[in-house]
Amino acid sequence: MTTQPEVQPDAGARHGLRIFLIWIILALAADLLIWFVWYPHLPPGDMSDAARHQQFDIAVLAVSGAPVIIFVLVYFVYSIVVFRARPGDESDGEPIYGNTKIQVSWIVGTTAIVLWLFVFGTVELVVPAGAGGGEGPSPIWTLAGATSTTWTPNSNTMLQVQVIGQQWTWTYRYPQFGGMESSELMLPVDTPVTFHVTSLDVIHSFWAYQLGVKADANPQVDNVAYVTPKTLGSVTVRCNELCGIWHGAMYNFGHVVSQTAFQSWASGVQAKEKSDGVLAALPPYALAYDPTVVPQLGANLPKIDGITGAAGYYYPPSDPVTP
Amino acid sequence: MSVAVRAASLLVAFLVVAGLGVFVALYFIGGASSLPTVHYAASGGQVNVVLQEDPQNDSSSKPDWVSYYVQDPATGKWAHTTLFSVPANTRVNVTIYGYDGCTPLRNNYFSQVQGTIGNTVTVSQFDQHGKEYVPEHTTSVINGWSDCNVGHTFAIPAMGLYVPVASPNAQLSANNLCSESPCVTNGNPYSLEKFSFMSPDHAGVWRWQCLVPCGGGYLDGNSGPMQTLGYMMGEMDVVSS
Repeated sequence: MTTQPEVQPDAGARHGLRIFLIWIILALAADLLIWFVWYPHLPPGDMSDAARHQQFDIAVLAVSGAPVIIFVLVYFVYSIVVFRARPGDESDGEPIYGNTKIQVSWIVGTTAIVLWLFVFGTVELVVPAGAGGGEGPSPIWTLAGATSTTWTPNSNTMLQVQVIGQQWTWTYRYPQFGGMESSELMLPVDTPVTFHVTSLDVIHSFWAYQLGVKADANPQVDNVAYVTPKTLGSVTVRCNELCGIWHGAMYNFGHVVSQTAFQSWASGVQAKEKSDGVLAALPPYALAYDPTVVPQLGANLPKIDGITGAAGYYYPPSDPVTP
Repeated sequence: MSVAVRAASLLVAFLVVAGLGVFVALYFIGGASSLPTVHYAASGGQVNVVLQEDPQNDSSSKPDWVSYYVQDPATGKWAHTTLFSVPANTRVNVTIYGYDGCTPLRNNYFSQVQGTIGNTVTVSQFDQHGKEYVPEHTTSVINGWSDCNVGHTFAIPAMGLYVPVASPNAQLSANNLCSESPCVTNGNPYSLEKFSFMSPDHAGVWRWQCLVPCGGGYLDGNSGPMQTLGYMMGEMDVVSS
């Protein structure tokens, strides 16, 4: 026969205090480590305003979440160690009754955490003009910057860049430089940039990783995203939407350069494409393209089957014979 | 059943399932290609790669798909493949016979030659009688929209190499295209295009593709031959020199 352990009136409070002290020490240590050690290395880095905000967001969420996780783990381990059944102890556990203080604390605590995350997340979406995400053709949150049909260094003029996806490569068009196009993304530092993301075929997703920009590229849609590059360096651009069998190979690179270097590069490309006849060969700049129309030919492609290849096919939506 | 026997049974079952998964992945995705690879060896610091683009091919399964062919330098015969290897850090001289007809580029930006030495190509065009109706000339742009000029492109996006490949003109494309693959110059209109580029300085596989939506009969023209190795999608295997 086993004897019931004697229950001390203040045992619960003593356990609670121990758990609290262990938790507060570990939580504080974890939050200090996250903020001062991990934060500077968190993705996507600090190359742009959007990236910095995302890095900050992840750090704040980690600092907010770590104490919760640590509390669960501390309570879990403490219970295993302290409240375990000793060898030979066949008795039932102590009965559990409602505890108003604990219930209220739990509801208030979790509500405060959820409301804090809701407010924080909303502010972090609004303040950095959409947080680098695509906002569709009519953005709600816009980035400050002067609007102009030309761009010059140190003018705080918004640089317009159209991002064009097609299976399986990216190109970039600069309407403020005669509509010249490039297979390389070049951006000036400390300049507000508006990306107009679109596609010529299926749905892609423009993901400029180090800039913290991600926006879907939909055919015949102008999806707007904002960013301000803050440091010089290289950018990896990947497609982030499964867009066909070679989706994984759809990537290229970009560079953030000084404003004068950018102007020199853009003007040089514009001049070369003009002299080579490339600018004349491009369609008039538009925020979205209808790939079934060749403006220079002035006709819908299906109507010019006669000159469009051996089979006379170009862009039929489907083929009844060999779908 | 003892714990040891149960544990062993579970381990065996896990290994069987995992092995099956690996087999399926390797067989159906990674290692099932039966395409031959044409190997080009350097001579004098350069290699000469010869390709042709046909309106059809000689396969039994998809004979109406447009297709590239690669010429084997050892035999001179055309191989129905899009896999070839070149040495690293070597000048690659490419010759493409364009037998297929013209199709507008989806993005006419790719009318511009990029990534070749000099950012140019040399082009000439011949009719079915072998008459050179467009003499050999060097250009940096083959405008795929102003006229019926471009059949396909040869592009290695990861290298920044984009080359529009000329086609026979609209009249010849409509009436006299090669109908039996691999095509030959005698009796068929064609374009002859040459360009050079430097292979990467390290070994690796570099994907190449066509950027003209020439998958006729498929949604957006990008399926079928456009995304299939052996037709309009290929790989350049760069090997250590």
